[in-house]
Amino acid sequence: MTAAVLVVAALAIGTYAMRLGGVLLADRVSLPDWLRRLLPLAAVALLAALAVTAALTEAGRAAGVARPAGVLVGVVLAWRRLPFAVVVVAAAATAAGLRLLGVP
Amino acid sequence: MGGHWGTADRALLRDAAAIAGAAAVIGLSFGAIAVAAGLPGWLVVAMSLLVFAGGAQFLAVGLLAAGGPLAAVAGGLLLNARHVPFGLALASPGPDRVLGRRWPARLLGSHLMVDESVAFALAQTDPGRRRTAYWLTGGVLFVAWNAGTLLGVLLGGAVRDPATLGLDAAFPAGLLALLWPSLRDPVARRVAVVGAAVALLATPLLPPGAPVLLALAGLVAAAPVPRRRLRAAVGQ
Repeated sequence: MTAAVLVVAALAIGTYAMRLGGVLLADRVSLPDWLRRLLPLAAVALLAALAVTAALTEAGRAAGVARPAGVLVGVVLAWRRLPFAVVVVAAAATAAGLRLLGVP
Repeated sequence: MGGHWGTADRALLRDAAAIAGAAAVIGLSFGAIAVAAGLPGWLVVAMSLLVFAGGAQFLAVGLLAAGGPLAAVAGGLLLNARHVPFGLALASPGPDRVLGRRWPARLLGSHLMVDESVAFALAQTDPGRRRTAYWLTGGVLFVAWNAGTLLGVLLGGAVRDPATLGLDAAFPAGLLALLWPSLRDPVARRVAVVGAAVALLATPLLPPGAPVLLALAGLVAAAPVPRRRLRAAVGQ
């Protein structure tokens, strides 16, 4: 229990420090132009990696079929410019429906 | 403010509400799982309020239950290290700046920095709407995530496994939908594809969190093709 409290405290302090750290650093250091242009691209790379690994893997292994299929449906709908809410609900419904049919 | 609340803002609110709905249910399952793993209810609620990072919270609770408190801290922080470049991107001086110089905005805005609020902000082209999107998404998600956690702690095993509702597919699909407008730019598209491929290849080999950080290697794809090599390629 004490260990759990310490873990939560360390995670809370460390996470906030990293969140605020980047924000404060942006003012303290004057980044060269080329690097400043790269920052939004860095965010794109991180978010794309997060989305793709979350879509295709689970605990370091392949995530089965239902989840990638749901994400694929969502991506197609996003590409067809359907509203965001439709994309999210359709992705979830596809994965849930496939699992109901016994697809892993 | 009346007339300023246009259709574009209403669309923004609707999108934020959609992702918040999913976040609330995932928060519900987090609360239930964390209590089942042996954490006291008040600590689970405090964790969602103070850490406010779903992936790191699930990871830490799992590693804590497996008897590895140090691994729980290290894994969670590694997973959250992406917030440093996020913060740099959000607060870089310039017209696109999302988090300004005022201290209350910096201190509060930093805590609302999650993948969805960053992605929503990036998806807007107008600087004013960028800020609106960031604060709206961050705020709505904070409320949804914490309300969900509290409910999960109180209800226990109501929704133990978010996968039965397909919510594990909702998060990546939502993130990709948010990224879609940014990917119209060919350089961003190259960077995203290379970054995601590197992370995917590294996933079976590295601890959680590290592969996503390796995606920064995708930035090499932003380098312009050197003139000299181009001239060589066309034979001049």
